[in-house]
Amino acid sequence: MYDLIRKTSTVLPEDVTSAIKKALAREDKGSVAHKTFDIILKSIVLSSKKSLPICQDTGTILVMIEGRPDKSIFHLEKSIKDAIRKLTKEGILRQNCVCPLTEKNTLDNTGLHVPQIHFEPVNRPTKISIMLKGGGSENMSTQYSLPNSKIQAGRDMEGVRRCILDAVFQAQGKGCAPGIIGVCIGGDRASGYLFAKKQIFRNLEDKNPSPVLASLEKTVLKQANELGIGPMGLGGKTTLLGVKIGNAGRHPASYFVTVSYSCWATRRYVVELTQKGEIKKWI
Amino acid sequence: MDMKQITSPLQHDVIKGLTVGDMVSISGRIVTGRDQIHKYLTSGGEPPIDLSGLVIYHCGPVVIKEKGQWKITAAGPTTSMREEPYQAQIISKLRPGAIMGKGGMGEKTKKAMSECGCVYLHAAGGAAQYLAECIIKVEGVHLEEFGQPEAMWVLTIKDLPALVTMDSHGNSLHDTILNDSSKRLEELFSQPFSVKK
Ligand code: SF4
Repeated sequence: MYDLIRKTSTVLPEDVTSAIKKALAREDKGSVAHKTFDIILKSIVLSSKKSLPICQDTGTILVMIEGRPDKSIFHLEKSIKDAIRKLTKEGILRQNCVCPLTEKNTLDNTGLHVPQIHFEPVNRPTKISIMLKGGGSENMSTQYSLPNSKIQAGRDMEGVRRCILDAVFQAQGKGCAPGIIGVCIGGDRASGYLFAKKQIFRNLEDKNPSPVLASLEKTVLKQANELGIGPMGLGGKTTLLGVKIGNAGRHPASYFVTVSYSCWATRRYVVELTQKGEIKKWI
Repeated sequence: MDMKQITSPLQHDVIKGLTVGDMVSISGRIVTGRDQIHKYLTSGGEPPIDLSGLVIYHCGPVVIKEKGQWKITAAGPTTSMREEPYQAQIISKLRPGAIMGKGGMGEKTKKAMSECGCVYLHAAGGAAQYLAECIIKVEGVHLEEFGQPEAMWVLTIKDLPALVTMDSHGNSLHDTILNDSSKRLEELFSQPFSVKK
């Protein structure tokens, strides 16, 4: 677990890095956007070379485990917490857990419901997905209940498109644009956010198996980049690096569109474990 | 575009000479401060050092102690808007030369910047390692009881790159981008979605 979490904090996933490189190539030399991408890319190289945090905000730690429900899960939970405490001491994770009642920092990144560990029982070898989600970008995440008269969004794909574009517009540069957007259409108030976040685990290069969603992803990505918000909201041609949309069954009375905003420093990895709990392969 | 070299503490005429869109390279002494420091300074707390002309950096660094020495391992900007309720008061009372962070700030801060001569410097959010390399010395730490990210770190920096996005003449790049993107959004809303193969 130590290696997995350390890598998540210090090495930006390949698909994200390559999307940023492409974004740099699109900007005019000498522009603020070009300079910003240049600084970002230099910073990514430094962090991986020195094995130090990509961003000082090492985020909220989200862990999703899929596997057979047996006792090894408890062992896994313990080893995740141990690794987090150790990495916090080493300065690879920042002290990011505060008790809202006492306003005291727990100093070791663990606390009530922290880290969040979600377990889904499946009859397959264990898979762990981990994400360090930056606070600045999490603050830009939002949920719409359709119909929404303010942006004239009805209960259809056009309504969903409006929600996503509005969310990107509202975020401006504040979530450290260019962002990666995970969306869930449907679900309830709670599951919507979880499924939206899950979408962010998808490889930026993949294609949505649903033709409607694939088309919507493409359209929204192109249109969001026409907003001109640019890296850090300082203007430019790339406002989003990716849009990933999923869906979940909804109650007939509800139609939620949940948008999870993740910053350019989207740090997430998925691994499969051996029976002993060691990393078998990176997915 | 050429980078303007500036040194913190900033002189009044240097501040006045900066306008929105200027890329700057900052050297000299700066302090960090985020939520707790801003609350403290606006609820009667005395600044531990003289802040006049200095850059106040909205940053909660990751710091470790190595052989008795502080070492910053990551130091990018945090969202400045959270300090909007406090910033204007701090600018008019303590007269810092610049506020540095990410995301820009609101009307109250913009007004205080015009009145007192202060600018907003936008640093590249998330570029924690690049920016940490620009910190050449940790001079000290005050108000450590707020926890590491929230304490006031006094730092010496060299050639830290940033963009002036709010100046002392009432201009804000953030307002411009917001207005322009709002017009674009209206246009995009008028092109309804249909599935393309
Ligand atoms: S939003 Fe992301 S890149 Fe920006 S400061 Fe937070 S974690 Fe870092």
